[in-house]
Amino acid sequence: MSSDLPILSLLIWLPILGGAIVIAVGGGNRNASSARWLSLFFSVIALWLSIPLYTQFDTTTSAMQFVEKVPWIETFNIYYHLGVDGFSMPLILLTTFSTLLVVLAGWEVIKEKPAQYMGAFLIMEGLMIGVFAALDSVLFYVFWEAMLIPMFLIIGIWGGPRRIYATVKFFLYTFLGSVFMLVALIYMYIKGGSFAILDLHTLPLSLTEQILIFLAFLIAFAVKIPMWPVHTWLPDAHVEAPTGGSVILAAIMLKMGGYGFVRFSLPITPDASMTLDWLVILLSLIAIIYIGFVALVQEDLKKLIAYSSIAHMGFVTLGFFLLFDIMEATGQVRGAALGIEGAMVQMVSHGFISGALFLCVGVLYDRMHTRRIQDYGGVANVMPVFAAFAVLFAMANTGLPGTSGFVGEFMVILSAMKANFWIAFAAATTLIIGAGYTLWMVKRVFFGEVGNERVAVLTDLNKREFLILGLLAIAVLGLGVWPDPLLEVMHASVDNLIQHVTQSKI
Amino acid sequence: MDALSVDFSILIPEIVLLTMACVVLFVDLYVPQRNKAMTQGLTLVTLALCALFAAQGIGDTPRISFNGSFISDGLSNLLKTLIFLTAMVVFVYSRRYLADREVLKGEFYLLGLFSLLGMSILVSAYSMVTVYLGLELLSLALYAMVALHRDELAPTEAAMKYFILGALASGMLLYGMSLLYGVTGTLQIDILAQRASTAMEQDALLFLVGVVFLVVGVAFKFGAVPFHMWVPDVYHGAPTAMTLFISTAPKLAAFGMLYRLFAEGLITFHGEWQQYLIILAALSLVVGNVVAIAQRNLKRMFAYSAIAHVGYLFLGIVAGTEAGFASSLFYVIAYVIMGLGGFGMILLLSRKGFEGDRLEDLKGLNDTHPWYALMMLILMASMAGVPPTLGFYAKLAVIQAVVDSGQVWLAVLAVIFSVIGAFYYLRAIWYMYFDEPQVKVGITEAGGVAKALLSANSLLVLMLGIVPGGLLALCFQVIAG
Repeated sequence: MSSDLPILSLLIWLPILGGAIVIAVGGGNRNASSARWLSLFFSVIALWLSIPLYTQFDTTTSAMQFVEKVPWIETFNIYYHLGVDGFSMPLILLTTFSTLLVVLAGWEVIKEKPAQYMGAFLIMEGLMIGVFAALDSVLFYVFWEAMLIPMFLIIGIWGGPRRIYATVKFFLYTFLGSVFMLVALIYMYIKGGSFAILDLHTLPLSLTEQILIFLAFLIAFAVKIPMWPVHTWLPDAHVEAPTGGSVILAAIMLKMGGYGFVRFSLPITPDASMTLDWLVILLSLIAIIYIGFVALVQEDLKKLIAYSSIAHMGFVTLGFFLLFDIMEATGQVRGAALGIEGAMVQMVSHGFISGALFLCVGVLYDRMHTRRIQDYGGVANVMPVFAAFAVLFAMANTGLPGTSGFVGEFMVILSAMKANFWIAFAAATTLIIGAGYTLWMVKRVFFGEVGNERVAVLTDLNKREFLILGLLAIAVLGLGVWPDPLLEVMHASVDNLIQHVTQSKI
Repeated sequence: MDALSVDFSILIPEIVLLTMACVVLFVDLYVPQRNKAMTQGLTLVTLALCALFAAQGIGDTPRISFNGSFISDGLSNLLKTLIFLTAMVVFVYSRRYLADREVLKGEFYLLGLFSLLGMSILVSAYSMVTVYLGLELLSLALYAMVALHRDELAPTEAAMKYFILGALASGMLLYGMSLLYGVTGTLQIDILAQRASTAMEQDALLFLVGVVFLVVGVAFKFGAVPFHMWVPDVYHGAPTAMTLFISTAPKLAAFGMLYRLFAEGLITFHGEWQQYLIILAALSLVVGNVVAIAQRNLKRMFAYSAIAHVGYLFLGIVAGTEAGFASSLFYVIAYVIMGLGGFGMILLLSRKGFEGDRLEDLKGLNDTHPWYALMMLILMASMAGVPPTLGFYAKLAVIQAVVDSGQVWLAVLAVIFSVIGAFYYLRAIWYMYFDEPQVKVGITEAGGVAKALLSANSLLVLMLGIVPGGLLALCFQVIAG
């Protein structure tokens, strides 16, 4: 493949075009089978196209790579400007990988309007890649917001009984969060005359301006990631969404909030980030501890995983915002880098694990049509293969060494130790709480006597489900045993970020 | 060009329009026809011709003639082109609706043409008398148009309200103009701009009262809060085809009037009228978006949505800069394209004896007509300002202008209420996509041309959302002159 090929544009527009074709071919309930195969074709192509991003990635530089730049709206100096660095590239790969799994997971499960379902996910894939690849803030905002409509429809059409409430709540929460970001971006454009993200990084801003802009960004990203106390849309959305919707929400959409912190908040408003880092750290710790306890009492499988997601995302925000304390305490760039890299690993790893857990719930739900923990019991007796996978992912969720869940949490806790013992102590309690809610759930669902007659007649995984969960298991174990391939693409970008952030803009 | 000379060449679109309106009058009287195909054909040809003539003038340098009372410049020609094109779309959309209700009369086209003549004069008016002349011609034709369905109670009532409140607004405007004339001794916009400062020194009170009345008159015509009372009643009561017409083309003309009076005539007093407009804009945003949530009727919902859109449109005017006016122009064009689609969709849903204007009528549209559900989805997303649709860039442009003018709080208010507003557009989407169909809608009975045009209209909203640069640049170019 020639390196001149506009890979990022292809990655954005091909799935969108593919989604449109799928919807056109299989409109209504006609041609459901060709719509499925077409979707599979397009998602495989997208995954295949995204591989060169990794293989041709230059790990020695923090500069943007695979850059494309053409004028888009010249009146406002807006460019169609794409590019990736060590932060965005792994997330794009995660997106193409997850979308493929979602297409497979919905294969025969989605009976109603399968073409629209698959098409919506393909369109969303393109938009999500656009979010990670955009280097112009208006372009970023366009992709960021455009994604809401397909997700709104996915939850609303294929969701559970309270889907309308959940999807409207999801839409309005995220929409409200992001409009403040828009005002902040416009303010900076008026000041600096450019919407380019890299120009915003170097735009001089006073502390007051920075704090206001930081708060505007914080609202947008905190809702998306989500942080306590603006997390309440997530359990609702997860519970009501179809399996594929939950997977994309957990695996990719939450990561956008985290990505926003490293792409916008930290580099654009470094002084405000330093002034207000206690706030983010505090909210993160509340998410880790309090939400962990909330997860403990959940009766609904999906809700439990949703709360566990919020707790895990607390690690991500914690890792990002520890850097000021570490720099103050030790002055080591690599020490601060540990926290950010740990948070990034945590994002990718959580993408795999939470996606896998939601798919596991999907496997059960497709058979039993219930998500209540008490309706299960002793599933391992009738579905041994499935139980093996599920226990693996559950262990990964608790951060068992050897799985990807361990790497990120360990790095973040380690860096927290450099910053402040008590932060590390509080963060580490998650190992206990997380093990508590996950293992207790595993015990109640999978082990013990067969719970009731409906459980007794369950059939084990079919080949399609085995393939999906197998791929995820490889990813989880691979990243857990050998995280270096992921870490080495981030080093240059992380070091550059820390250097940039530790220089005052005032 | 000497302002005192008489240059008929700048009047070509108006001359063609007037002549053809008279021809249509005769043709309609003497040619027996079913369904008025000939009348409609002639009208469309006339409008296409006028649009062509006007479009040629978009790049011209400004030319003023008829004792400085008439101007032909980029802005006026752009607005005229769009007005004529909009009217063509309106006539195509409304044909079946009117035929079903047996009001497809020649008068509809005639009144439409005369009203368009008024709009055309209004956007080219360069003296306050011409402004008033254009405005009255446009309004009177519209009053009659709303009342065309005279056997029905609701349209008659709507026409009456429209007429009385419209006349009141005209009176205010005229009174404001007379006060300004009294202080400055001129009716011409450019001379008014020159003499405004001295007039302010001589008699500030009289001058400011004049400006206030002018603002009130303009706000009435736009339907900005608190002068919005007529909008929901008229939009709701009028037959949908008339609503489609009065909610689109006159908005373009009203922008022309607003621009001439405030941007060209009274720009030195930007600081004065800015305060009034801020209040009007903020109130319109709040009332429009909040009250729209309570509406169960689509036409009424769109009416309140129109009030909210006027609030956004005023944001650009509030800024008072060239970029601000250009952004507002962009906004009004975007609104007209979206409004055409929105009301066009109601016309498409309707059939004989069924208006299709309740929110419930949208239920399950995705099950019965997925393509038109998608079109409506695009329109709703655009009205809510969700990218990648035209409506987003319109909001981006005006919010940018208002941040630039230093009113960040107004920008924050605008975005917060755009989120509140998003709710009722979302409700329309969820009715279409998440609910079961309840009634049979009339899409299958619609004509092929109208269907194709509506699809093109919606896709245009999406396309301009992906590549908005050209239209935006055009708006900035005509405002810069």
